[in-house]
Amino acid sequence: MIPLSHYLILGAILFALSVVGIFLNRKNVVILLMAIELLLLAVNVNFVAFSHYLQDTAGQVFVFFILTVAAAESAIGLAILIVLFRNRRSINVEDLDTLKG
Amino acid sequence: MNTAINVTPAIPEIVVFVMACVILVVDLYAAKEHRVISYALTLTTLGVAMLISLYSFSADPVYTFNNMFIDDALSDVIKIAVCGITFLVLIYAREYIELRGLYQGEYFVLVLFAVVGMMVMASANHFLVLYLGLELLSLCLYSLVAFQRDSALATEAAMKYFVLGALGSGMMLYGMSILYGLTGTLDITEVRQAVGAMPLDNVALIFGLVFVLVSLAFKLGAVPFHMWVPDVYHGASTSSTVFIGTAPKIAGFAIVIRLLIGGLEDLHGAWRDMVIILSLLSIAIGNLIAIAQSNLKRMLAYSAISHMGFMLLGVLAGTPNGYSAALFYILAYALMSLGGFGMIIVLSRAGFEADELADLKGLNQRNPWYALLMMLLMVSMAGIPPTIGFFAKLSVIQAIIEVNLVWLAVVAVLFAVVGAYYYLRVIKLMYFDPPDEGVASIEAAPDLRVVMGLNAWAMVLLLPWIGPIQRVCLTAVASVMNGFAS
Repeated sequence: MIPLSHYLILGAILFALSVVGIFLNRKNVVILLMAIELLLLAVNVNFVAFSHYLQDTAGQVFVFFILTVAAAESAIGLAILIVLFRNRRSINVEDLDTLKG
Repeated sequence: MNTAINVTPAIPEIVVFVMACVILVVDLYAAKEHRVISYALTLTTLGVAMLISLYSFSADPVYTFNNMFIDDALSDVIKIAVCGITFLVLIYAREYIELRGLYQGEYFVLVLFAVVGMMVMASANHFLVLYLGLELLSLCLYSLVAFQRDSALATEAAMKYFVLGALGSGMMLYGMSILYGLTGTLDITEVRQAVGAMPLDNVALIFGLVFVLVSLAFKLGAVPFHMWVPDVYHGASTSSTVFIGTAPKIAGFAIVIRLLIGGLEDLHGAWRDMVIILSLLSIAIGNLIAIAQSNLKRMLAYSAISHMGFMLLGVLAGTPNGYSAALFYILAYALMSLGGFGMIIVLSRAGFEADELADLKGLNQRNPWYALLMMLLMVSMAGIPPTIGFFAKLSVIQAIIEVNLVWLAVVAVLFAVVGAYYYLRVIKLMYFDPPDEGVASIEAAPDLRVVMGLNAWAMVLLLPWIGPIQRVCLTAVASVMNGFAS
């Protein structure tokens, strides 16, 4: 039996990785979208672990909703990415620097 | 527990949601020149939703959908404000989007779905409902920013907004998952009871609280989580900025109330210091950086950041007076911000954005009426009497003095004085600088002109009703407190 703390540590590591991925990534916007997906999945690990630990299904129901919203979110993210590429011919994070001040 | 679900409290949401779907279909079959049908239907829907919320206004909270959804005075006030502000936003936006080829049915549908999201946020009594409302709002806003597809600025702003918005939502979910693990429930009322039974120096509880607070700061645009605000305000088409800068701020206040005060008020001692930092940094950095801006939309964005700092002053006071002052502040701010961005729309014309400060030069000689309206708005934003902006600032500062945070009040007032500099600079540009050569005259549609005039004069003409509005705010806040006491 794997204790709750192991799952929470896994969730925390995934969450930290994705936040670091968002801030340190200087290359590609697609990697940003991947980091956002990982962020939501890290939260899902937490919810499922707590839900199992508490023997309460509400947390697992929440996970289904997060998965659904994550799908909608990545659809919009990719749509914005395509529009961005059409306008800029580039998806480098460093090229997103027109807005400053 | 009765098994029949009472849908009456959710009727405003249901009306807006159903109408959004209807408009989507109607627009599909209506010819391009009949698009005004979608526009009229959208305005009617918002008006009807506002009237229903007004009619069902009551101080006693009504719970439904297994206590996931609450209809109390606060949610009614916020729904009325959100629908009313969005109604005005669409009137402002109509001519602007027509001239730029954005006048499409999807625009209205996205706005209506965003309104549903905000209304759900205001009525949420469950983490899941809160999250779904927030995401419905955010996803619509990302699309609205990217709506101007051929603009490189707008798409870049949308991408930045999307990434940081998703990060904010992820933070909120992580905080919610920690709170869920500690309290064993997602119901905000039950979370409050469980938190009340715990020792308040529980490190894990503070850990969850920090994530929730960071996400709220992201959504409100408080320093140091404000990076997206200026870029999004600047990059988005002004018709989207006028929406993003007004109604979602009110909804953001609603989730602050639901989460921090509804769910975690017992931790007030812990979050008060964190909110003091957020609020001070927002007021200071917002006001200081605004001075350096040459773009009017960016300047108003930094001013929005500083206004969020002032609103948080009322929240951190932790008293009913403070919360109601914060609610009054956010309502007054939404109206001022609406007017400020509305003026950019009025002064813009096809192929020209009046979003640089230099575009306001000599406005008094070109059109004294608009210069007067802009002056009213700027004076109100700076918080100079006799305007509602002054009374909004006065009431939050009174609230923090009541809880003996005099030093904070002094610092806030000092930075308000710093802030007055850039608002007064706008007035100086309009009245004392000569206009540039060869600027075109200002042509605005009649409906736009009427709304602009009413919006700006409301800064002064609402003064006799400030007492009643503040009483309504107090009732709204008290209804949240009573809901938990019973």
